[in-house]
Amino acid sequence: MSKHVVIIGNGIAGVTAARFIRKLSDYRITMISAETDHFYARTALMYIYMGHLRYEDTKPYADGFWQQNGIDLVRGYVTTIDTEARAVHVGGGRAIGYDVLVIATGSQSNKFGWPGQDLDAVQGLYGIPDLATMERWTAGIDRAVVIGGGLIGIEMAEMLHTRHIPVTFLVREQGYMDYLLPPEESAMINAEIRDHHIDLRLATELKEIRPDDQGRARAVVTNTGEEIPCQFVGLTVGVHPNIDVVKPSNVETNRGVLVNEFFETSVPGVYAIGDCAEFRRDGIGIRRIEQLWYTGRHHGKTVAQTICGRRAAYDRGVFFNSAKFFTVEYQTYGDIKPKPEDGTETIFWQDEAAKKLVRINYAADDGRVLGFNLLGIRFRQDVCERWILERRSTDYVLKHLRQANFDPEFYHSFKITDFENRTRP
Amino acid sequence: MDVSFQLTTPTSRFGRDEKIAMALIGVGILGLIVALFGAGSTFPVASFWVSIGGLSLGGALYIRTYLKRPAGIDNDGIMFSSATARGMLGWIFGIVFTGFYVLLYWAPSNLEHLIRMTDPLSWMMRGQPADRWFLYGFLYTLAVLVMGARMIVKYRHNRYQILRTISVMFFQLGFAFIIPYLLVLFNQPEFYFHYFWPLKYDYLWPGGVDWLSGAGQVGLFMIVFGAVMFFLATPILTYFFGKRWYCSWVCGCGGLAETAGDPFRHLSDKSLKAWKIERWMVHSVLVFVVLTTVVLWINSATEGAVLGSLSTPFSKAYGFYIGLVFAGVVGVGFYPIMGSRVWCRFGCPMAATLGLLQKFYSRFRITTNGGQCISCGNCSTYCEMGIDVRWYAQRGQNIIRASCVGCGVCAAVCPRGVLKLENGPREGRYNGPILIHHDTVSVQLDDAWKASRPLMPPAQEDIPVLTDADWAQMSGNGQGVVTSST
Ligand SMILES: Cc1cc2nc3c(=O)[nH]c(=O)nc-3n(C[C@H](O)[C@H](O)[C@H](O)COP(=O)(O)OP(=O)(O)OC[C@H]3O[C@@H](n4cnc5c(N)ncnc54)[C@H](O)[C@@H]3O)c2cc1C
Ligand code: SF4
Repeated sequence: MSKHVVIIGNGIAGVTAARFIRKLSDYRITMISAETDHFYARTALMYIYMGHLRYEDTKPYADGFWQQNGIDLVRGYVTTIDTEARAVHVGGGRAIGYDVLVIATGSQSNKFGWPGQDLDAVQGLYGIPDLATMERWTAGIDRAVVIGGGLIGIEMAEMLHTRHIPVTFLVREQGYMDYLLPPEESAMINAEIRDHHIDLRLATELKEIRPDDQGRARAVVTNTGEEIPCQFVGLTVGVHPNIDVVKPSNVETNRGVLVNEFFETSVPGVYAIGDCAEFRRDGIGIRRIEQLWYTGRHHGKTVAQTICGRRAAYDRGVFFNSAKFFTVEYQTYGDIKPKPEDGTETIFWQDEAAKKLVRINYAADDGRVLGFNLLGIRFRQDVCERWILERRSTDYVLKHLRQANFDPEFYHSFKITDFENRTRP
Repeated sequence: MDVSFQLTTPTSRFGRDEKIAMALIGVGILGLIVALFGAGSTFPVASFWVSIGGLSLGGALYIRTYLKRPAGIDNDGIMFSSATARGMLGWIFGIVFTGFYVLLYWAPSNLEHLIRMTDPLSWMMRGQPADRWFLYGFLYTLAVLVMGARMIVKYRHNRYQILRTISVMFFQLGFAFIIPYLLVLFNQPEFYFHYFWPLKYDYLWPGGVDWLSGAGQVGLFMIVFGAVMFFLATPILTYFFGKRWYCSWVCGCGGLAETAGDPFRHLSDKSLKAWKIERWMVHSVLVFVVLTTVVLWINSATEGAVLGSLSTPFSKAYGFYIGLVFAGVVGVGFYPIMGSRVWCRFGCPMAATLGLLQKFYSRFRITTNGGQCISCGNCSTYCEMGIDVRWYAQRGQNIIRASCVGCGVCAAVCPRGVLKLENGPREGRYNGPILIHHDTVSVQLDDAWKASRPLMPPAQEDIPVLTDADWAQMSGNGQGVVTSST
């Protein structure tokens, strides 16, 4: 009998693990998940609400794919993990035995104990159930408040905006996402948010949410004491690992399920990947808890090697990420800090009206390029990554900039001359 | 569907401008109906201006309302709208379009008064009264122009889309409308310079060749021009630019699909089954037209001695089932139900030929940008040819599909900048899944390795043009610095 691998969670991490285990072995694979029958792209949730996509369109694989690839799907919530008996229990009943267990349970939305956070029409945005409640609570309303200036918050603001619902967007920081973005990038996104008629309130925090007689949110109160009447409150203040089912088990947890660079937990034969995993020490990943689509995919691919007998450590590679803020696309490659650091210099260009920006950071000592930030311009990941790994000098990079260009044909191809009035912020 | 949640109708902001635009379009439609029932013959000029004026002006005003929103991808509510999500309006449109084709082909007398409405224009352009094909050509061109303007405004942030749309509008207006009718005015054959065999099959059928050669020098030129365009220019242009140079820049069928068909592009079937049917069907049509052409020529060369009268039913069948029913009734009539490229995808022999060239002998590909894909599905959904673009993009693989017409909308709607239409060297065009090379598992890029790489000296040369070697390095499998053993 070949090994039986059980995976909890059919998100990008679990699914990638399953796919690669299938490529590398003939193990029996069972994937148990509670939210949906099939894997869908969580990253596309906003497009369902906006009417760009239907739920079916967000499924990266046809429904027949799983059976064709010998991956058994079980829809259900895992209530206990019994590492002694090597079994999980689904829905409080049925036990499924395993030889190898992969925990890929993802995240949950944060709540920080605000008064009124559990009222009706107050919610985060993480999965399909949230989309359903959001549909219900936002029907026919005349103002919504979104709290938390992160990636999901701005998506929620855009979603509501496309339904012609006026939005007030409370952001604790001085500029949108200024804890990750340098001031110029942040300022450009602030402008983009306001150009979409979103009532952006920077440096503003939530104090409480006030109910009406039916127990539904009717207003939020900010730290400045202002009361903003609204009928919907989006609480998008980050996510944390969803490890409710792991905590009572023998598997060691902290904020997430603790793993080493091989995604091995404290219990042999049990692994954790994706949003729910937490590295035991710094330096393995970009952070201890990596909550991205790309990292989830990468974790899944790595753990599949180990499970299939080729023990492989996580190699985080050159960091990259991307997002889209309303109409402005954002790409980042390598290491760009929000605040200038000693020993780091910047080459910078922006067109504020067109909302385009290029930032190239390099080391002051030898001029090697460290990272790229791009708004409204697309660069090639291969090329940027290669330049960073090859420690290319900024002169070289600037001269060869056209190789990195990934904008559509007939677009202005970014050239060295664009930097002639280079500024050093 | 394995989850269910109720989608409420979004509140829509229907402002004053939208109301005026809709009112004008309503006047235009009413004008068409009144013209159809007689006014077209009695008051051709008034009918023309009321109906066509109402439609164009209303359309233009409606398009202007797009400018109220910031430039950028604007697909809000497409999946909720009755017209674009196969709702009641969609079916009504489908039936009206299909019905129009049926009347046009098989019961044109019902359209008599509408045809008369275009008499003044027909006299002006070609010195004779209008007929059903003039009416058809006129409405077709109008649709391409008005909906082309919409396309340009919708994608005003994207130069590829703007230029491409201007191009199809130009070819429709000039090559499919003005030039053929000017030729008629000067007693020359009504010839469409941008259509070649096998799409315009009769240009190389004995009958067509006879007809053209009967027109003397000009006719001979047309025969040679058509043959050269198909046998010489088509392979060369497709080698350099892919199928798109024709299908989404020049062709009239493509032109209508890219303009009037744009609101329906997401309705194409993305399933594997549809892809299978597509390959069978489109290549069968190609075989059919080639066979028909050969049979016709054998017949004409032997004066019927070899095949007797076999060629007549052959060519009639092709003309009826493919030329009329498929290209017209299904191809355009079913836009709101099956998407805008049904004919191009399942039936067009020209597209089949170009597709084979594109797949096996072309520099064109859609490149994917490393590991940036978030599998959202926008690219696949908005592919009018039903290509599951995401399937390739999420594994970091270039997209080379025979059916791709290079409209570039996948690249436009992608929220992560993952896709780029490009022409480049053919080596390494079909790269394997290179994702693994971006977030590689087995590569050991430890600090010692990195330190062992000398700091590259600054290059001395000027800004280089991208060479083939650069290309191979950038898009080849694992030829870059980061290699993988998997
Ligand atoms: C709205 C939104 C937009 C995002 N956009 C981006 C983006 O653009 N780029 C990016 O990099 N990242 C983005 N992210 C983050 C990214 O989606 C996540 O990092 C990623 O989906 C995590 O994948 P995962 O496989 O670890 O977990 P998940 O996708 O959360 O999958 C875990 C699954 O396990 C199920 N589960 C949990 N516990 C149990 C149990 N006990 N029994 C059974 N099933 C269980 C859950 O229901 C869930 O379906 C976004 C996230 C959200 C919410
Ligand atoms: S290529 Fe772009 S549009 Fe297509 S699935 Fe990936 S991220 Fe989405």
